[in-house]
Formats: sequence, structure tokens, C-alpha cells
Amino acid sequence: MAALLPTASGTPAAATEIPVEPPAGMRRRKWIPYALLAPGLLWLAVFFVYPVFQLVMASLWDPSGSVETGYTFAWAFSNYADAWEMFHVQFLRSLWYALITTVVCVLLGYPLAYAIAIKGGRWKSLMLVGVIAPFFTSYLVRTYSWKAILSDSGPVVDFLKWAHLLGPDGRLLATEFAVIAGLVYNFLPFMVLPLYASLDKLDVRLLEAARDLYHGPVRSFFRVTLPLSMPGVIAGTLLTFIPAAGDYVNAQLLGGPNTQMIGSVIQSRFLIVNDYPIASALSVMLMATILVLVTIYVSTAGTEEVV
Amino acid sequence: MHGFWRWLAEKWVLLLGFVLLAYLFVPIAVVMLLSFNQPASRNTTYVLDLETFQFTWNNWTDICGAAGICDSLMRSIYVGLSATVIATILGTLISFALVRYRFIGRGSTNTLIFLPMATPEIVMGTSLLTLFIGLQIPMGFLTILIAHVMFCISFVVVTVKARLAGLDPRLQEAAMDLYATPWQAFRLVILPLVLPGIVAAALLAFSLSFDDFIITNFVTGTSDYTTFPMFIWGSNLRGIPPQVNAIATAMFLISFAFVIAGQLRTRRRSARRAATS
Repeated sequence: MAALLPTASGTPAAATEIPVEPPAGMRRRKWIPYALLAPGLLWLAVFFVYPVFQLVMASLWDPSGSVETGYTFAWAFSNYADAWEMFHVQFLRSLWYALITTVVCVLLGYPLAYAIAIKGGRWKSLMLVGVIAPFFTSYLVRTYSWKAILSDSGPVVDFLKWAHLLGPDGRLLATEFAVIAGLVYNFLPFMVLPLYASLDKLDVRLLEAARDLYHGPVRSFFRVTLPLSMPGVIAGTLLTFIPAAGDYVNAQLLGGPNTQMIGSVIQSRFLIVNDYPIASALSVMLMATILVLVTIYVSTAGTEEVV
Repeated sequence: MHGFWRWLAEKWVLLLGFVLLAYLFVPIAVVMLLSFNQPASRNTTYVLDLETFQFTWNNWTDICGAAGICDSLMRSIYVGLSATVIATILGTLISFALVRYRFIGRGSTNTLIFLPMATPEIVMGTSLLTLFIGLQIPMGFLTILIAHVMFCISFVVVTVKARLAGLDPRLQEAAMDLYATPWQAFRLVILPLVLPGIVAAALLAFSLSFDDFIITNFVTGTSDYTTFPMFIWGSNLRGIPPQVNAIATAMFLISFAFVIAGQLRTRRRSARRAATS
């Protein structure tokens, strides 16, 4: 499961992990691992597991309550039906945008990771710095910067108008294109890093062997390179799809009313409308959908390295 | 001409890689450019239009000029450092337990570490909000710190674990054969070897915490403990002060310098090692 993340050494942890017998002197002290785990796991139990449980409870609160009068627990499954009724458009749109984002990120990220890992040579480490460079500035600033680039008087719109690809009053902001472009940009490094990690481990001699066996470059790519880099593809798609589906920054800054994503809805239901039961139901639905999709995806793609 | 085509056939993947890297750099370059722009009003800070571009040094010379901007930056650094220290300690302890020991519950521990990374941030934010509301904990520094430590722990565990798993377990036995106590073996042999992994984990934790917006937005509530990302988000209505671009540019340059310096250091050290051996 740790293969989900690019690690400092570039090797997914799960692949190299060998359970180790403790040194002789420590073998009898069975409490030691639990003492090491306790503080961190306690933190996660209290501030991750319990709150999620609390969220599930809140999604079943009686919807007639309010912040002022308080809420009562009522097994109100109708909240889910109401939430779906009101916001299924945004919900499905989020999954759709996240899917397109993930596909575009694979298409852009694979060549980039391949170029770094296989063809990088002496440029390798500098190129890797380039991949993480967007993280050196703030996420919100980067997204605002896209807003400037795509703005109505900006260079991209000017060019598209000049090329007659966009009508005289056409614009990019507040369109699906802008939101997805923002999502692709912001999550591309999350695709490239795990792809790089798995391509970097690839034994180049296998490609030479394929060539010796009269495979052309295309055939050896699809029969050798791609299958061997599947753990990276899976990890990268998960790292892209999951945050993209829940994101609301891009939709909020680059999109318009017709491109609202479920994250924006949850955010405003919680923080502005204070409609906790519906907002909680939407959150739980998002989490459950993602868990189900991820489980199906991982078991179909069939690597044991990921989960 | 023939030579060019052959060169292109050989290098096109690498060239494509550089083109994609350039794409990743575009918004950063735009922020750098805008840090030298005097927008007509705060609402046009993020309008890129060369006809109305007005060169100025003001955003740099008066970098704290917008009310609250540098306070929010200091808060982000403070939260980031605190969360990093706690998460790095807790996460490192967990990874030692996971790599060096076999115990009942190892599998479920791994799952518990993995789950926060597979959960969308908005779900973590909303669930923490319901918890804090339920327990009537006032929002502010404490709630933000709790949240940041929570989502950093898993990333620390994964990073340190990778480094630890690559260590030869016999090193500790060798040290103890040479009459080191378990503590001495840990402090003098294991810790120095794992340290690069711990440092990498700490840097990762700091950057995650420093830049977090989605979760922080939920656990800040109505408190005035505004971190830097929250300051930018909150400025949306009144317009974003152009100093934000100068700060973002400075952040970029400082981190970039750190990373390049680190790389040069490792390169020089390995060159020296190659020379002496």
C-alpha cells in the first residue's frame, strides 16, 4: 500500500520491505512496538477515525434541527435521498471531471516520467526538481495564476480569438475547460512521481532483450515497459483521482455556476448555509463512492503492491 | 539535415519531457511577472494583460504592506513548524515499530496509516469540523494544529519506512556484538543512517502543512487565526493584494535554492567519496 507514494529513495516501500527479526536482546520485550505505535495511532484514532464516525452519525441527524436548537440523532436516511435529489448533478460532474483529469494526467505524465527515468541521463535530478517545483509556491497562488493566464484579456484568449478558434465574445474562464485545465495542472506532479518511481526501477536490459527478439519500439513499449510500470500507473491515478474528485478550489476560482463541483457544495453547505445533515451525507457519499471505485479499480488492475 | 532528423529521433522523448516541464513552470513564471506589476485595482491583481502592465518594485519593497499579510505568513510558518515536529516524531516512532518488529495488528496499523492518504481532504475537513462542533472546542491555532498533525503523520510514516526498510538489520547486531548497548547501537548506528529519511519526511510535512487550504478552511471556523492560504482565500472578495505574488515568488526562490544546494551537496559528497576510495 505504501507504493501509493513516491518515497525519498524513489522505491515504493512495500516492494523492499522485509519483515525483520528483532535483535536478540529485544526479542522478549513484546510491548515495545505497541509503545512506539501508541501516540501516533492514538492521534489518528481520535482525530481521523472517530471524526469520520461522527460524520456518518451527523449524516443521519434529524434534518429539522438547526445550529441554534441543536440536532438529534434520528437514523434519518432520508438525508441521503434529499442530498442526491438536490446535488446529484454536481456529484456526478465531480466524478466525471476527476476522471477526465486523471486520463489527461496519465497522457501527459507518462511521457514526462518516461523521459526523466529512461532518457534523463545527467538531467535526471534537475528534471525531478522541475516536477516538484510547483509545490514551492502556494496552491491557491498557482490556481490564481491560471486565472490570470486564462483571463478574458489574457494571452491564451487573445491567441484563440486571433486564430478564430474562439468567437469575439468567447471566453475560457467559467468553462469546463478552465476547471479541468486547473485540475490537470495541479495534480500532474502526483501522477508523475509514482510513475517515475516505478519506471526508474525498470531494468533497461529488458528493453534491449525485447529489441534482440525483434520487437519494435512500439511493441516493446506495450508488452514490456507499460506492464512493468502498472504499479506506478495505478498509484498515480489514485493520487490524482481522489483529490481531484473532492477539490473545490479550481471549480471555485476558474469555473462558474455551471461547473460547480461537489466540494464547493459541501463547503458552502457546511460553512455558509450550516446545513450539517445534508452536508455530512454528501461527504459520506463522496468518501463511500471513492472507496468503492478504488477497491474495484485496484482489484481489477490486480496489483498486490498497492493495497 | 540528415543528422538533425537522427538527433530528433533519438531525443524526441527527452524534448517532450522538457516541454512538459516548461508547462509546469508557466504559472510560476506568471506569478513572478505579476510580482512586478502595479494592478489598477486589487480586483485586477490576477489579470494578465501586457497592455496594462505597469512595472513597479513596490510589491517587493513594501512586501508586508497589505494589512495582515505578513502576520498570516508568520502564523503559517509557526503552525507548519509545530505540526512538523509533532508529526515527524509520532510518524518516525510508528515506522520503527512497523519495520523493526513483528506484532499482532501490523496489518490493521498499515491500513490505518493508508486511509488518511486515500481520503479526500474535504471529507477529513468536514469530519473534524463535526467533531469540534460536537465537543464544542473553540476553533483556532489548536484545532488547526491537530488537523495538520493528523494528515502529516501518514506521509511521514511512508517516507521514513522506505528509508528504514533499506537498512541492513545486521548493522545493529554488529554494533551490539562490539559491546554497544541497544541504545548506543540505535543512537550511533541506526539513527545517523535513517536521518536523511527523517529530514525528507519533515520537509514533506512542513510543505503539506504550510500550503494546506482545504482542511484548514474547515477547522479555522470564525477564529481570526488566519494562515497564509486562508489569507489569500479570504481576500478573494476584497481583491488580492499584489504583495501575495512577491511572497509566492520569494517562497519559490528560497525553496528552489534549498533543493539545489542539497543536491549539490550530495553530488559533491559522492564525488569526494569516489575520489578517496
